[in-house]
Amino acid sequence: MSRRRFTPARAGIHAFLFVAALFFLLPLYVMLVTSLKSMDEIRAGGILALPLAWTVEPWRQAWSEVCTGAACEGVRAGFWNSVAITVPSTVLPILVGAVNGYALSFWRPRGASLLFGVLLAGAFIPVQVMIYPLVRLLAGAGIFGSLPAIVLVHLIFGMPVMTLLFRNYYASLPQELFHAARIDGGGFWRIFLHVVLPLSVPIIVVAAIMQVTGVWNDYILGLVFAGRDHLPMTVQLNNVINTTTGTRLYNVNMAATILTALVPLAIYFFSGRWFVRGIAAGAVKG
Amino acid sequence: MSNVHLRKMCITLGGKPIIRDLDLQVEPGEFLVLLGPSGCGKSTLLHAIAGLVDASAGSIEIGGRDMTLADPSERGIGMVFQSYALYPTMTVKDNMSFGLKMAGTPKAEIARRVERVAAMLQLEALLARKPAQLSGGQRQRVAIGRALVREAGVFLFDEPLSNLDAKLRAELRRELKLLHARLGSTMIYVTHDQVEAMTLASRIVVMQGGVVQQIGTPLEVYARPANRFVAGFLGAPAMNFIDGDIDAQHRFVAGALALPLAEAPGPCAATLGVRPEHVHIAADGPLAATVTLVEPMGNHQVIWLACDGHLLSSIVHDAAPYAPGQALRLRIDAGQVSLFDPVQGNRIGTAGMQYACA
Repeated sequence: MSRRRFTPARAGIHAFLFVAALFFLLPLYVMLVTSLKSMDEIRAGGILALPLAWTVEPWRQAWSEVCTGAACEGVRAGFWNSVAITVPSTVLPILVGAVNGYALSFWRPRGASLLFGVLLAGAFIPVQVMIYPLVRLLAGAGIFGSLPAIVLVHLIFGMPVMTLLFRNYYASLPQELFHAARIDGGGFWRIFLHVVLPLSVPIIVVAAIMQVTGVWNDYILGLVFAGRDHLPMTVQLNNVINTTTGTRLYNVNMAATILTALVPLAIYFFSGRWFVRGIAAGAVKG
Repeated sequence: MSNVHLRKMCITLGGKPIIRDLDLQVEPGEFLVLLGPSGCGKSTLLHAIAGLVDASAGSIEIGGRDMTLADPSERGIGMVFQSYALYPTMTVKDNMSFGLKMAGTPKAEIARRVERVAAMLQLEALLARKPAQLSGGQRQRVAIGRALVREAGVFLFDEPLSNLDAKLRAELRRELKLLHARLGSTMIYVTHDQVEAMTLASRIVVMQGGVVQQIGTPLEVYARPANRFVAGFLGAPAMNFIDGDIDAQHRFVAGALALPLAEAPGPCAATLGVRPEHVHIAADGPLAATVTLVEPMGNHQVIWLACDGHLLSSIVHDAAPYAPGQALRLRIDAGQVSLFDPVQGNRIGTAGMQYACA
């Protein structure tokens, strides 16, 4: 292959990409510099200016002192709440989705396609429609407003897409592999554990990225179902921004926002390749 | 070494009948080849014997026991697949021992069997490798090894050589035949390749449209095909067919061709089937023909001839030069021909055949 030549068309593309990157990075830049300035400097104006006196004080305040409603302990508690919600809400839907996809594509029980259709329909129903019935259901079961409640809700809403993801992945594996395992005497779980699961690493990574980002960024489900003691970071961030006593602390707000966005941001940065695959695989969800 | 006995087998897939009322008896130690074009139901039949596809009616007996409803792992079978179907995340050794581990075989016994089979198939050097690090031929040898360590009564092969290139295919074909001679196990082998069928089989089952067309030794099936389908499917180039009549003098007559038959029913309409090697080019032959195409094959030549409005192929084993347009004379070996009912396509006439003139 010959080396790519510099042409006007390529220059145009690069110029466009540069401008687009600038456009999308500008808010992040503003957030970063604002969070590193003192309030006096912010009031002095110059939203794009670099800080004259760099300070991490707003970050410290955001993490451990700012008021999130009645309590003033920073977004730290929210961070750990979100971790506590995200970990089981990622592991469980992936496990359930993997088993569902495995059963649907290899064992093909009677009515499998109907079952899959119903499950898929679940992926298209807006979350808001199901909130009230779910509240009643969980209240009836006596777990409304608790960690298990929010995990269960994430499991329910994550399952259709997780199942779709794993089913499509397993459909691309050769059926003969499954047949060989059947002759070798594996039952449902043994074939899953010994043959199918070790082959699922790529799709598990994709599923984990999708689920972690989705759960971490969730606001409405956490607000409704998690209960006062387990409010996720997104809800607490909202409280930080809306709770004002005296002046609005822009620098602290910016720091708190960046802290909240840090987990999905880190995932974008460290798993770019996988993330694109995830978007392609979950294209149905959009 | 087990027998396999299928009785009144029916298989329906997705509401479509694939196999209907099929009876088949496989003797212990036999190398039975299921041969047919793709979509004829041969693979489905093999999967049913393995228990991977449910029979909708009928029964399967393996090793004298009814296995119609048994789980694939309980049937006493080993199976080799076209795509090898090796477990990609396991080493060769783990691939081979997986089935035994699942069955709870003691470790020492597993090691003994894997070692024995690895030695038999020259896999010792590959035991620690993953399937991705093997060539196609090696992968298929591992897949065969995985079936063999099960020490099953019956081995099933589902087009095992189809994914290999021609040279490897011939090599592994020979190895399989030697393996069968050495183990003496019952083997059922599915293929659409007539060369594999002819060279490996102790008996061939020719299938089409889910129905058995003929069962017999390779030579029987080749020399005395039961119908036109079998006659046309086996042999390359295919058998030549000429439509005509059998007259009262026991001759097959079609235009200029009048071939006296040793004994024949008749008179009636019939199709003559003659293999290319029985169309002889002879200076004193009764038929005039013109060469239209010459295909040199190295050790023989295939000569395509226009003869009285028919296109005939002839195999000649000399290196004599033939050129398109050349006029020559033919003789058809009357003792080697087959006769078919022109409507149904069934074999008719000559000695010991079950069909009479239509």
